[in-house]
Amino acid sequence: MDWGLFVQLMINGLIVGALYGVVAMCFVLIYKASQVVNFAQGEFVLIGAWVCWFFLTKYQVPFFVGFLMTLAFMVAFGILIQVVVLRPMIGEPVISVIMVTIGLSIIFQALMKWAFGVFAQPFPPIFARESVAILGLEVRTVYLVSLVASLGIMGGFAYFFKATRMGLAMRATAFDQQVAQSLGISIRSVFAMAWAISAAVSAVAGVVVGVVNGVSSALSFIGIKVFPAVILGGLDSIVGGVLGGIIIGLLENLAHFVDSQWLHWGNLIEVVPFWVLIVILMIKPYGLFGTRDIERV
Amino acid sequence: MAGAGFRPCGDFKQDYASDTRIFDTAASRWWCVAGVVLLCLLPIVSEYGGIDLKYELSLLIQVGYLGIAALGLNILVGFTGQISIGHAAFFGFGAFASPFLNNNFGIPVFFSIPLAGLMATAAGMLFGIPAARLKGLYLAIATLAAQFILQDFFGRADWFSGGTHGAPASPFSIFGFAFDTDATFFYVVLAYVVLLYLGAANLMRTRDGRALVAVRDHYLSAEMMGINLTKYRTMSFGISSFYAGIGGALYGHYLGFVSVEGFTILFSIQFLGMIIIGGLGSIMGSLMGTAFMVLLPEVMDGLTGALAGTPLDRALGLKDNLSYLREIAVGVTIILFLVFEPDGLAHRWRQIKAYWKLYPFSY
Repeated sequence: MDWGLFVQLMINGLIVGALYGVVAMCFVLIYKASQVVNFAQGEFVLIGAWVCWFFLTKYQVPFFVGFLMTLAFMVAFGILIQVVVLRPMIGEPVISVIMVTIGLSIIFQALMKWAFGVFAQPFPPIFARESVAILGLEVRTVYLVSLVASLGIMGGFAYFFKATRMGLAMRATAFDQQVAQSLGISIRSVFAMAWAISAAVSAVAGVVVGVVNGVSSALSFIGIKVFPAVILGGLDSIVGGVLGGIIIGLLENLAHFVDSQWLHWGNLIEVVPFWVLIVILMIKPYGLFGTRDIERV
Repeated sequence: MAGAGFRPCGDFKQDYASDTRIFDTAASRWWCVAGVVLLCLLPIVSEYGGIDLKYELSLLIQVGYLGIAALGLNILVGFTGQISIGHAAFFGFGAFASPFLNNNFGIPVFFSIPLAGLMATAAGMLFGIPAARLKGLYLAIATLAAQFILQDFFGRADWFSGGTHGAPASPFSIFGFAFDTDATFFYVVLAYVVLLYLGAANLMRTRDGRALVAVRDHYLSAEMMGINLTKYRTMSFGISSFYAGIGGALYGHYLGFVSVEGFTILFSIQFLGMIIIGGLGSIMGSLMGTAFMVLLPEVMDGLTGALAGTPLDRALGLKDNLSYLREIAVGVTIILFLVFEPDGLAHRWRQIKAYWKLYPFSY
C-alpha cells in the first residue's frame, strides 16, 4: 500500500470530480430547461478551452481579459446554437433531437481538429507561483484555483436559481412550461438563456482543464464522462449532477489506485465509470435525486 | 415495401393476406428479382467481360455488410423507437466472434457467421436488459456505456480478439471452395443481404413486428392492449444486435483481419446517420442510406481532388484535412436530413416513383 499515492489520487479525484460536477450541472440545466439531452456538452468544454487558448497565445491578451472574452463568446455561441439548430427541433421526436446534438458534436469535434490540430497545446503560464503550501501539503496553484472555481460556480448556480428573477423563471419553466408561459415568462428566452449559461460555464471547466493539462481534442471526453455522473445523480437534479460528478471522479481514481497496486489490468480509469453506469441503471435507474416518472392514464 | 407503396388505381385488396404482401404489385416483385439478377451478373462481367469493376464491387460489398447492420439498427430505432449509440461495438463483437469460433473451435465459417450473430445478441442482451425496462433515453445512455465497455474489452481480451494485435479471419468457404476474392465474396454478401432483408420484411408482417411498431407509436396504448413492453424492447434490441453481429462477421471475413481500432463511437454515429438518411422505419431505406454513407467519402474525395491547387484549397488545406472534412460532412448531412427530409431517401424515392407513374398527366 502506498498511502502517498492514495492521498494524491483522492485529491486528484476530488478536483476532477468537481469539474465533472460542473459540466454535469450544465448538462442537467439544459435537460431540465428544454428537455434536450445534449451530446455536444463535451464540445462546449473543448471549444471554450480552444477559444481562450487562441486569445491568449495569438493576441497575447492578459489571462483575465481573455477569459472574459471567452465567456462572452460562449454566451453568444450557446444562444446561436439554440436559436439556429435546436429551436426548429422543438416538438420533434426524442430521436431527432438527440441525433441533432450528436451531429453537432461530431461537426465541432472535427472543426476544432481542423482549426487547431490534434496535438495538445499548453497554456501560457498564468500564476506566478507554481505551488502553495497548505497544512504542510504542497498543492499546485492550478489545482487549488480549479477547485475554488468549481465551488464558486456551484455557489453561483445556487444563488442564481434561489434568488434571481431569471433563475426563478427557469425553475418555473422546468416545472411546468404551460403554466410558466401563462405567467408571462418568455419560454424562448429561457431556452436561449439555459444554453448560453451552459455553454459559458462548460467553457470555464474547459479552460481550467486546459491550464492544467494543455488543450487537446481529448477534452471533449468530459462530455461523455458526464453521463455516468448525471445517471448516478438523477437526470433532472442539479445537486445530483454535482454529487454524481464528484463520486465518479473519486471512483475512477480509486479504481486507478486499486489497479496500479494490485490488479495491473491497465486503463481501468477509463471504463469504470461506464460499468458504474450500467450497475446504476440496473438497481436505481432514476439515480440518487432524480424524480421517478409515474404515468397515469 | 409493405403497406407504404404507391398503388395504381383500381387495385383493391380482397383480403388481409394480399394487403400485407411484401411486394404489393407483381411488377415491383419482378423489378426486385431483376435487380438481384443484375447484381449477380456484375462479378461475371468484371471477371470475364473485360470491364474492370473491382472497385465498384468492393464498394457494393461494403454497402452489403454495412447495410445488414444498418437494417438491424433500423429495426431498433425506426420500428421500435429505441435509440442505440453503441451499434458499432456490436458490429465489432460479431467481427471478432466469428474468427474466434473459427480459429479456436474449428467451426467452419459457414456456421460461425450465424453463431457470431447469436453471440452478438447475447452481448446485446447483457446491456439491453437493464435499459429495456426504461424509456428510449436510458437505452441510449446504456448503449453509450456498452460502446466504451466493449471497445475496452476488445483491447483487453487477448483470448477473444487477439488484444491489440487483432485477429486473423480465414475466408468464407463451402466444400473446400474459398470465397476469397471480391468477385466471389460478393455472392456471399448478396445472399446474406437478400436473406436478412426478406427476413426483416417478413418480421414486420407478423404479430411480433406489429407489436414493435405499436411500442414505437404509443407505448402506453400498446401496453394496455396486452403487449409486453419489456419483452418487445429486449427482443428488438436482440434482433438489432443479431443483424449487427452478422454484418460484422461478414466484414471480418471479407477483410481477413480484424483490428481493435475500427469500432469507435464515430462509427456508431455513422450507422445512425445511415438510417436517418435512408429513412427511419423503412427497410429498403436502410440500404439506400448505407449506399449514401459509403459514397459520401468518395464524393468528398472527388470534390477535394477537383479543388486541389485552387486558392480555396491553399487557404484551408482541404486535401490534408480530408478526414476531418469527412466527419464534418457526416454531421452536416445528418442535421440537414433531420431538418429538411426527416423521412429520408425512402420517402423521396416514393415521391419520385409516384411522379413517374403519373407522368405526364400528374393529376
